[in-house]
Amino acid sequence: MEWVIFIPAAALALAGGVGVVAARQPVHSAIALLIVLASLAVTYLLLAAQFIAVLQVIIYAGAIVVLFLFVIMLLHTRSGEATREKLPRQRRMAFILGGIYLVTLVIATVSTAGPSKAVAPSFGTAQDIGAALFVSYLLPFELASVILLVGIVAAAVIGRRPPPEDGGGED
Amino acid sequence: MVPTSAYLVLSAVLFTMGAVGVLVRRNALIIFMAVELMLNSVNLAFVAFARQHGSIDGQVAVFFVLVVAAVEVVVGLALIVDIFRSRESVDIDDVDLLRG
Repeated sequence: MEWVIFIPAAALALAGGVGVVAARQPVHSAIALLIVLASLAVTYLLLAAQFIAVLQVIIYAGAIVVLFLFVIMLLHTRSGEATREKLPRQRRMAFILGGIYLVTLVIATVSTAGPSKAVAPSFGTAQDIGAALFVSYLLPFELASVILLVGIVAAAVIGRRPPPEDGGGED
Repeated sequence: MVPTSAYLVLSAVLFTMGAVGVLVRRNALIIFMAVELMLNSVNLAFVAFARQHGSIDGQVAVFFVLVVAAVEVVVGLALIVDIFRSRESVDIDDVDLLRG
C-alpha cells in the first residue's frame, strides 16, 4: 500500500535529479532541485521521520533553494556550456565511471538491507529526536551552532563589497 | 511496506546523478546543486537505515548533515558571487589561477 506513495515520489525525485543535472538554465536546475527535495520529504514521511521531513521542507526548500535563486538572480548568469571543452573525453568517462559506481553502490548498500524492525508510533517525532539530540548528542549539537556562526561570519567577510577605491570588475 | 532496499536504490541513483552532474557540468551553480543532490541522497540512506534498525541515531545524523549543508551553501555561494565579481563568469574552467 505504501508503494502507491513511494513510486510517484521516487519517480518525481529521479525526474528532478535528471532536471538538476541536465537543465540548461540554472533557474530550471533550482526548480528541479526543489522537486527532488519535496519528493524526498514524502519518502521521509514513509520512513517514519516526520521531524526530518519538516526540516527538509523548511531548511532545504525554504532556505537553501531560495538562497540559490537569489544568487542566480544576482549573477544573471549567461547559460550555455563553454564552447570549448578543456577535457575532451571527460563527459564520456563521467558517464562510464558513473555507471560502474552506481552498480557498486547498489550492490554494497542493498546487501546491507534487511527486514525493518517495528517501531513505536513516537519514532521520529520532534520529541524523540530532541531527546537524542540533547542527551546523547549534546556536544555535537553545540558544535553545530559554532559551525553556523563560522558560516555566517565567513559569508559576511567573503561577500562584502570591495573597498570603493578599486571598484568592482577589475578584469 | 516498502523494503529498505528500494530506498537505497533510489538513494544510490540520486547520488550517482549528482556525481555525474559534478563531472559533466561547467556552471559552478549547477555543480553546487548537484552536490546538494548528493547530500540529499545520503540523507535518504540515513533515514532508511534508521527506520530499518529502529534507531533514532540515523535521523540525528541527518540533522547534522542539514546543518553542514546549510553552512556549505552559504559559504560556497558567497565564494561564487565573489568569483563572479572579479571574473564576470561562473564557468569553473575560467577559474584556473592555481593551475600550473
